[in-house]
Amino acid sequence: MDFTKFFPLPVVASAHGHEVDLVIYLIHALMFVLFLGWGFFFIFTLIRFRKGKNPKASYTGVKNHISSYVEVGVALFEAMILIGLSIPFWSKQVNAFPTRTDTMEVRIVAEQFAWNVHYPGPDKKFGKADPKFYDKQSNPLALDRQDPNGKDDVVTINQLYLPIGNPVIIHLTSRDVIHCFSVPAMRVKQDILPGMSIPLWFTPTKRGKYEIACAQLCGIGHYRMKGYLTVESQEEFDSWLAQQISANAESGGDDDFWN
Amino acid sequence: MSGELQHYDLPFWKKYIFSQDHKVIGIQYGITALIFLFFGFLLMLLMRWQLAYPGQPLPVIGKWFGEANMPDGVMLPEFYNQLGAMHGTIMVFLGVVPLAVGAFGNYLVPLQIGAPDMAFPKLNMASFWVYFVGGVIMLVSFFVPGGAANSGWTSYPPLANIATTGQTYWLLGMVFLITSSLLGSVNTITTIFQLRAPGLSFFRLPFFVWGQLIAAFLLLLAFPPLEAAGVMQLMDRVFHTSFFMPTGLMISGQPLDISGGGSVLLWQHLFWFLAHPEVYVLILPAMGIVTEIITNNSRKPLNGHKLMIYSVIFLGFMSFIVWAHHMFLTGMGTAISTFFQATTMIISIPSVIILSYLFITLWGGSIRFNTPMLFALAFLPMFGIGGLTGLPLGLSTSDIHLHDTYYVIAHFHYVVAPGTIFALFAGIYYWFPKATGRRMNELLGKIHFWPSFIFMNVIFMPMFIQGLAGVSRRLYDGGASYDFAQGVLHLNKISTHGAWGLAIVQIPFIINFVWSIFKGQKVESDNPWEATTLEWAAPNCPPHGNFLKPVKAYRGPYEYSVPGAKKDFSPQFEEHT
Ligand code: HEM
Ligand SMILES: [Cu+2]
Ligand SMILES: [Cu+2]
Repeated sequence: MDFTKFFPLPVVASAHGHEVDLVIYLIHALMFVLFLGWGFFFIFTLIRFRKGKNPKASYTGVKNHISSYVEVGVALFEAMILIGLSIPFWSKQVNAFPTRTDTMEVRIVAEQFAWNVHYPGPDKKFGKADPKFYDKQSNPLALDRQDPNGKDDVVTINQLYLPIGNPVIIHLTSRDVIHCFSVPAMRVKQDILPGMSIPLWFTPTKRGKYEIACAQLCGIGHYRMKGYLTVESQEEFDSWLAQQISANAESGGDDDFWN
Repeated sequence: MSGELQHYDLPFWKKYIFSQDHKVIGIQYGITALIFLFFGFLLMLLMRWQLAYPGQPLPVIGKWFGEANMPDGVMLPEFYNQLGAMHGTIMVFLGVVPLAVGAFGNYLVPLQIGAPDMAFPKLNMASFWVYFVGGVIMLVSFFVPGGAANSGWTSYPPLANIATTGQTYWLLGMVFLITSSLLGSVNTITTIFQLRAPGLSFFRLPFFVWGQLIAAFLLLLAFPPLEAAGVMQLMDRVFHTSFFMPTGLMISGQPLDISGGGSVLLWQHLFWFLAHPEVYVLILPAMGIVTEIITNNSRKPLNGHKLMIYSVIFLGFMSFIVWAHHMFLTGMGTAISTFFQATTMIISIPSVIILSYLFITLWGGSIRFNTPMLFALAFLPMFGIGGLTGLPLGLSTSDIHLHDTYYVIAHFHYVVAPGTIFALFAGIYYWFPKATGRRMNELLGKIHFWPSFIFMNVIFMPMFIQGLAGVSRRLYDGGASYDFAQGVLHLNKISTHGAWGLAIVQIPFIINFVWSIFKGQKVESDNPWEATTLEWAAPNCPPHGNFLKPVKAYRGPYEYSVPGAKKDFSPQFEEHT
């Protein structure tokens, strides 16, 4: 019998997703064992020592130390998961960012109630932005189109495209309130705090179209602050990007509006 | 205190309205808090309609809520967010804490320690009335333009800073509620330290008093930072300071006219520095109540009494250094997350110890299943589920998936709803004869208990499944717009129907409560449960001043079934048994 079948977790589509799930499974195993153990003891005790069956209570009750052993066992198991899995995972996933040359970098600026995605383009350099260029429709990221680094930049709204198998670093910022970037299938979730830029990384390993959800109450549109992450092959991704860049050039370089 | 005893013929308003008697104040707290609990529950029923039937008009009563909230009976997201924020706020700060600490603490602590009253009766009166004003402000806020606060009970800025006027009322209300808790906690601590009856050493205190003592310390030490934070947010909103507002914010494309330079994380730290200990304020009094009832109805001493006291002290201390486990996903590095994960795992140990000893105490008992005992017993597995499901949220790795999902909602509701609320029901049934001289009806009690127990699980168990599937909390449509949520959406209906069921089975309780005050079966004895602690030495409906003759404690609080004694209980207040 496969214990993990009982968990309605979404599909895993990232390289580290299984590590997150492993911690979920193990800690739930501990919980089930404890709960069942307590449960059996509880029900047995209630039946065995009901007043009708046991009219006179014992003054001393349980004298052995089984419960102390249980507590030590619980503490050890928790320590194992913490030291063996959770801390190493965090230092790998949160503190050590990928340095591979094929690592993608993307910027996402969250706002009520949309995800603005900014690709640096083939030069891998983000163009400069300045609030004076801001235009809600045509230039939501306020990019300076004269900046040479920004010439090949691509902007999309609520649509994130990523090639399969490459690590991606996403720099998350918000321009208004706190949002939270959550892609359940990728097992990533990161608060986005205005005033800070917080990086996040993962490696998509399964093609498909996944939903991006906002996981922090951000106002009346919180429930519909939804985006899509499309994971495709490198070739598909490259041709998509090239198409976007040429479309940009044709339209005078200031307009790319995906919805 | 003997001077006090002479003012017997106080005018009505001094005796029942601006009373300084801890018992009257306790009952004032109790009734007010029960009404707020009921109100918070009604808000939640409205939300549950929208979650189960998103966008469908609420039949019949939907139109009563006005065009601004529910045009044609269909709830707007603006209103949903108000309901969510106010359900949380009202349940925690106006319902459970005032009932557990204000009502039970006030009524029982002086009685259980053999004191004539609280140490500072006027302060006690003040703390109730300050609470009352705070509650009124919260209620009024529903009627200001834009309605009540709508940024969650956590009120995270910048969202809360730019929210409608209701948020200002929320902050003002909170300042009153916090002040009330601070006044109350000083009083409780002083009372327990100064007014214990002769012979009542700290290790002879009932566990309930310990729970109240630790809860009072938590309130006293954790609330001031939130009060400060509340005043700062008020300044941000009213005088346009920028404590919590960073530079460069744009709201709907317009730059915000503020000086900036503040930090959004500062609020979260100050908030959770209170709000985590607050969780223990919700649970410690409940553990205390359950301990009293379980020992009494299993006719057995408490196993591991001393260890439980050490555990609760340790728990209280640790609860101050776990707060940032609510903030794992704010960009926390390995060092800090390691610290908060470790403290969170450590704090689970004393909780496991307390729960284990309550289970073990039953072994060898002679267990009576009356209504208070049923609620107290049900508390154990329900709090167990709530506590255990805290573990995956306390490990930052699994928290990535579960943070801010319905898993969290299920987790803490198991702690506070079938956990604390059941314990509070148990306490009401158990001490009712002391307060009124009458018993509540057992049959109605059981009709209240069994369906409540089932419906609580029907409501909250499905939320674990939704949370594991990744459904975020605080969604106006309950997740209906997400494809990955489709497989668990039908559970929203189950939860909602469970909530209706739960509402209906509170009717026997309300009837029982009101009817028993006037018509309940009279109890002959001052000690109808044959219990051991000092409150049972006082006459029923104790007079101002509590005890008719001086009380003294001769032994520990749970001396049941002592070998060689004539009865199966040896009260603290009887020298020879
Ligand atoms: C027994 C009946 C109860 C039911 C059915 C219930 C139901 C709910 C639901 C469905 C939510 C989530 C709403 C959302 O995420 O959009 C919620 C939130 C909440 N509830 Fe309850 N609840 C109950 C009792 C309580 C009690 C007794 C307390 C506290 C002592 C409480 C405290 C809270 C808090 C703090 C929130 C979070 C509010 C927020 O998102 O800011 N609830 N409740
Ligand atoms: Cu958002
Ligand atoms: Cu949001």
